[in-house]
Amino acid sequence: MRPYRRPVAPTWWLSNRAYFLFIVRELTSVFIAAYLVLFLLLLHNIAVGREAYEAYLRFLATPGLLVFHVLALAAALFHTVTWFNLLPNIMVVRYGENRAPAIIIAGVNYVAWIAVSIFIAWIVLSR
Amino acid sequence: MSKPTMTLEVLRYRPEQDQAPRFQTYEVAYREDWVVLDAINHIKDQIDGTLSYRWSCRMGVCGSCGMMINGVPKLSCATFLKDYWPAPVRIEPLANFPIERDLVIVLDDFMEKLTSVKPWIIREEEKPLSEGEYRQSPAELARYKQFSMCINCMLCYAACPVYAMDPHFLGPAATALAQRYNMDSRDQGRRQREEVFASHVGIWDCTYVGECTVVCPANVDPAGAIQQAKLSSTLDWFKGVLMPWGER
Repeated sequence: MRPYRRPVAPTWWLSNRAYFLFIVRELTSVFIAAYLVLFLLLLHNIAVGREAYEAYLRFLATPGLLVFHVLALAAALFHTVTWFNLLPNIMVVRYGENRAPAIIIAGVNYVAWIAVSIFIAWIVLSR
Repeated sequence: MSKPTMTLEVLRYRPEQDQAPRFQTYEVAYREDWVVLDAINHIKDQIDGTLSYRWSCRMGVCGSCGMMINGVPKLSCATFLKDYWPAPVRIEPLANFPIERDLVIVLDDFMEKLTSVKPWIIREEEKPLSEGEYRQSPAELARYKQFSMCINCMLCYAACPVYAMDPHFLGPAATALAQRYNMDSRDQGRRQREEVFASHVGIWDCTYVGECTVVCPANVDPAGAIQQAKLSSTLDWFKGVLMPWGER
């Protein structure tokens, strides 16, 4: 017996739409990690003082970083939406022999997400 | 008028003469009511008796005839030629497994994984026969029934890129079947299976690509089973940390 093991092509993730979307979802974490680094630097500059904070805000307003923030937002939205859509397969809520419908499980998470987002927006935007 | 034909490109590997697999093309009469397995059986009977493949029930129950059909893992008994005709159809052995011969894969790895999760009812102590059977309500049955529909066809392994990268990964079907017993009200073996689940090639290796569920011919949702197992393991862990005095 001489079994043959076929090699996995490095382009395997391009062979199927689901694989491709999965890799995109994984890559969104790079944007989110980079955003968190910028956010930690923001907290650091607040701690340093008003001048450092304002200089950092000017740095964040440069075109390159604005583009980055738009991309990071798109990545975060893609990750969140695809993840919430998968949640009904993970969180199984049963009543008797029946399973709570997917739209309820996903819906509760969407509602909670929007509520938390509005709350944070209120804190940030109200002066 | 000549009768319509169908072209099948079949991956051949004969270890005694081939260094590597190669495609061989067969031309068969096209019939609308034929599935891919019918065409392969026709090749075996009428054209080339050396072609090797597995099949048994030809009705989607036994799980033997899984193949890659145009790159997608499918049961060849449930895949109609008419869905591909007149384009040629490409038939390969299930991906991610070593090829033994032609369309026959080496399935020892899956068998070992299946055994490792102890897919049977484990009791700490069997109650005596005189106490009667272990009873179960329809609601208790509903909790695991979907996972019990697995026919061990291994299409989910062929669809899993994590298994492709790391053949040590426990994989979809074995986890779904372990979860089937974990969720069975008559079973008490969850802690024994947890050792396999929690290992570095257990459930945490799964990154939830989800294709295993898409290709499953028995609607088992192994991807869901793995994530539900992760959720249960996490809750167990929290309980152990927050309430170390409690029974896990």
